[in-house]
Amino acid sequence: MSLKVEDLTVYYQTLKGDVQALEGATFTVAGGEIMGLAGESGCGKTTLANSLILLKAPMRFIEGRVTLDDEELPVWNMEEMNDFRFKKISVIPQYAMNAMNPTRKIGRMTADLLKSRQVSFKKTLPELKRRLDLVELSHDVLKMYPIELSGGMKQRTVMVLSALMNPSLLIADEITSALDVSTQKAVVGMLVEFRDRGCCKSVIVITHDISVLYQIADSILIMYAGQLAEKASTDVIIHSPRHPYTKRLISSLPKIGVKHSQKRLTGIPGSPPLLLDPPIGCRFRERCPVAFEKCLDVPPFLEIEKGHFVACWKEFDKNAQA
Amino acid sequence: MLKLDDISKIYKVGTFGGKELLAVSNVSFDIKDGEVVSLIGESGSGKSTIGKMILRLISTNSGAIIFDGVDISTLKKRALKEYYRSVQGVFQDPFSSYNPIFKADRILRIIREEFYPDMKGREWNNKIDSSLKAVGLNPKQVLKKFPHQLSGGQLQRFLIARALLLDIQFLVADEIISMLDASTRIDVLNLLADLKPRGLSILFITHDLSLGYYISERAVILYRGCVVEMGVTERIYDNPLHPYTQMLMASVPRLDQKWEKTEAKLKAKQSELPSGCPYYERCPFAGKDETCKRHRPTLTEAGSDHFVACSRYTEE
Repeated sequence: MSLKVEDLTVYYQTLKGDVQALEGATFTVAGGEIMGLAGESGCGKTTLANSLILLKAPMRFIEGRVTLDDEELPVWNMEEMNDFRFKKISVIPQYAMNAMNPTRKIGRMTADLLKSRQVSFKKTLPELKRRLDLVELSHDVLKMYPIELSGGMKQRTVMVLSALMNPSLLIADEITSALDVSTQKAVVGMLVEFRDRGCCKSVIVITHDISVLYQIADSILIMYAGQLAEKASTDVIIHSPRHPYTKRLISSLPKIGVKHSQKRLTGIPGSPPLLLDPPIGCRFRERCPVAFEKCLDVPPFLEIEKGHFVACWKEFDKNAQA
Repeated sequence: MLKLDDISKIYKVGTFGGKELLAVSNVSFDIKDGEVVSLIGESGSGKSTIGKMILRLISTNSGAIIFDGVDISTLKKRALKEYYRSVQGVFQDPFSSYNPIFKADRILRIIREEFYPDMKGREWNNKIDSSLKAVGLNPKQVLKKFPHQLSGGQLQRFLIARALLLDIQFLVADEIISMLDASTRIDVLNLLADLKPRGLSILFITHDLSLGYYISERAVILYRGCVVEMGVTERIYDNPLHPYTQMLMASVPRLDQKWEKTEAKLKAKQSELPSGCPYYERCPFAGKDETCKRHRPTLTEAGSDHFVACSRYTEE
């Protein structure tokens, strides 16, 4: 068991009160697992990722426990987390295009980065070059400024840098959303390659594009409005989802072969609730077609089948009857 | 109704504009009444440039855009305003299409001042109500609100409503749903499709192939400013002929099948556009013979209403 998160709750402090962006998240990621994390914008995907690695103000740690390789992560403490960041747990940030220092050549920037973690650049250089080969970049990028690279090249460079210390957990935050389909396929392919070659143990891939996850992820975790909705293996989520939100989300995705004139897809009516003052109980209740009285209580995130977790009262009832 | 006839666009690039970049090269296609055509290509393929040229936001370097029999580059003042009465655009980012310090409905008021100065207040209000309802917005909920009080989907629909106020016949929809969430995305797409029976033609610019399939009757595939394949959507998707289209189709993440194990070719560095086939450097079929390298293939009809620009399909 590589990563274990229990009851993680993180709020954002604002002048109007706490925004309850992440509520009681409990899940595990096994060693070697690529877990996809999907949901609409504002559902807390990035908050979850950030709270694992960089929990800074205005984010406020409320409660919870995070263990990585049987070692508890002091996620609430910025200073103590420095021992883990980059070495044990690392992130490929959203907008990796702008993640690099524009005034430094990439090689120099990497040297600075390694020095800050007391690692010798010279000793790492051969490995760095091997990794660059892996993502099909020439070694010359080390002598270049970020501005000289295209978007896809920057993305790959940041990927190499983030995974350089063979972290136990690598978090890829929306790394493909700004790329063309062909580049996207190559970049996520490389991410899988990283895992296969042991450059990182487990990966959390955050994206709003579920079809990308279907191609590469072992399991998918769906979030809605700060709460976990469903987690299961990729095939189960795509082909037999249980949570009403997942069901409607999957069926609203346009697929090649589906035309408007033949089959009209429907979206989900309504919009996600504001998390400043979220509705009590299940947060999907107001948009849910099968909601009933019991949904006024927060449904727990329970395992209904092996490896299949759902937070929905209706599904628990069905399971109890079966 | 709209016909692009051999249009090209050259951008001046480099420090002093000394270099030239051919963004769109000899593109011709037409869009009929009530038809949705998707324009598909990677970033830098010139798809937005074509949209902007149709809206006359930028000029063409050669060729003509003909709307209802009139070359739009000749339109001036009065006639140009009439043109905008029937042709409008909606763009990618709904958040930056509004002035953040003005209430959102101010953009509707501008339309009234410009196009309907004589219309009476009540008549105008009815018009707003009906066009907002046509896009599925509740006028009470969205009028008198600031842009930040509305969601992305609402803002985007508001912009479409604004275009509808003008009884438009042609809409340039430039990546209008790529910023929206999956659950609201399909609503905007359905909205566009529902407008078709009103006789509205749409140029749907996208890089997402599954969206293109869902909504459009015909598709045009662009690569580095050149049309490489065009025709009826189903034929292109079911039987892509050009190697570039085949590569695109293979790299679309799909929910019904997994990627094959083949490596996706990374985009080569954008060098000068070769005089031969624009796809020559990446093409797996480009042989050693000089035809592909020397001669730019022209669009040839490979099936009924299915055109492809590849030397493998040109008759010798």
